[in-house]
Amino acid sequence: MAAIDRCRRALRKTQLTLLALGRRREGARGLPFVASARLLGALGGLLATGHAQPAELPEDRADLMLHSFDGGGVSAWGPALLVRKNLLNKASLFATYYADIVSNASIDVVTTASPYDETRHEYGFGVDHAVRDSLITVAGSYSTEPDYIATAFNMDVATDFFSGMTTVSLGYTYGSDDVGKVGEGFFDNAKHWRYRVGMTQILTPRWYANANFEVVSDDGYLGSPYRTALVFGAAVPERMPRTRTSRTVQFRLVGEVAPAWVVRGEYRYFWDTWDIGAHTFGLGVATRFGEKWLVDVYARGYRQEGALFYSDNATSETQYVTRNRQLSTYNSWAIGTKATYALMRVPGRYEITLNGAVEYWNTDYSDFTDLRTGSLYSYNATVLQLYVSALF
Amino acid sequence: MKPTRKSLWTALRSALLGLAAAGTLGACAMPEPWVKPYERERLSDPLMKVQRDALSAKHLEHVHEVREGARGGTGVQGGGCGCN
Repeated sequence: MAAIDRCRRALRKTQLTLLALGRRREGARGLPFVASARLLGALGGLLATGHAQPAELPEDRADLMLHSFDGGGVSAWGPALLVRKNLLNKASLFATYYADIVSNASIDVVTTASPYDETRHEYGFGVDHAVRDSLITVAGSYSTEPDYIATAFNMDVATDFFSGMTTVSLGYTYGSDDVGKVGEGFFDNAKHWRYRVGMTQILTPRWYANANFEVVSDDGYLGSPYRTALVFGAAVPERMPRTRTSRTVQFRLVGEVAPAWVVRGEYRYFWDTWDIGAHTFGLGVATRFGEKWLVDVYARGYRQEGALFYSDNATSETQYVTRNRQLSTYNSWAIGTKATYALMRVPGRYEITLNGAVEYWNTDYSDFTDLRTGSLYSYNATVLQLYVSALF
Repeated sequence: MKPTRKSLWTALRSALLGLAAAGTLGACAMPEPWVKPYERERLSDPLMKVQRDALSAKHLEHVHEVREGARGGTGVQGGGCGCN
């Protein structure tokens, strides 16, 4: 905002100079100067409308969650924790912990390797700082599992413009991973860069729109040392490119169509240098039942075109080849619901809520064969979240 | 006919005037913020927030990202799952 203030002061100074020049000239000769001065005045006025209410720091809160995923032979569950505390009204510090206790007997594992159990721990720390109408977030995370260590740093800035009707956000994440294999130790690394920009625009007192764009670049070991591909029916270690760049755009529209009935629609398009293209569609409704219940119901559709070097069973030798079904062609749909119950609430002081969320999905692969049956593979999965939130 | 200095000045002045007039009109046409802060009560309702709780949103993003080819663009801060 200091830059905007400087800009406004410079505009005002130039405007006064132009007006003085215009007055010194008689009749039409002074008109260009006066008109230019008025133009600058209008521009200065427009900048003045950019002043918004100061950005607010997030509320102090604590969340304790139990989460689980079960589907396709994989189960993962564990606790997660978030604590956020305001510091002298200048900054909001937060810390997170997240655990994934994984038992993996997925189709890849049972057909080419042995089922395994492992635990991932992720620790995150960060700070939000409000500067006039901007909120700056700086955060870091550290994730560790027996054969993978990931460290990431991110910085995000969200600024309000146009009297708070428009919010523009910019973000950057840098990640560095050590990649290993159980029994062999760490042998390679991967680096990741994420750049994102977003805009939220208030349209009416009951509707707003949101658009996001994100570029992700990777460099390093991007495959799995355990995974095999099939070439002429023979199992060979997968061969993956060491670079990848993807782009994603997402558009979202949210609005209240009737008192306490909110609908949302969203669409995301993804494309990358591995020739994967994906469409994500989402529709949701949120409403309130009585004073204590808040319920969301949503549906999600996902369609993906596979990577150029993906093959269920390659019939020619190529530089890169994978049978990672995450990179294949498939359709997926999901339905989900989330309910929030206000357990205790003292307005302006604190609120404690109980939350439950469940998402059920189905995925049908178009070119990934279940080697046990010879038919195309598909699976169902259920995601559960149970958590208690305290805002104070 | 070779343009004189006077005719050049007249043309330049007309162009400047036209530009200034168009700019002024354009600036006048710039919209004012049409939803005032006191009209945004409904927008601040928790129902309007797609990702109400950061911890829950990050978990769902993680679950999708490790199983899908697509990633990012969802507005979840930080992004990435830090896993293989």
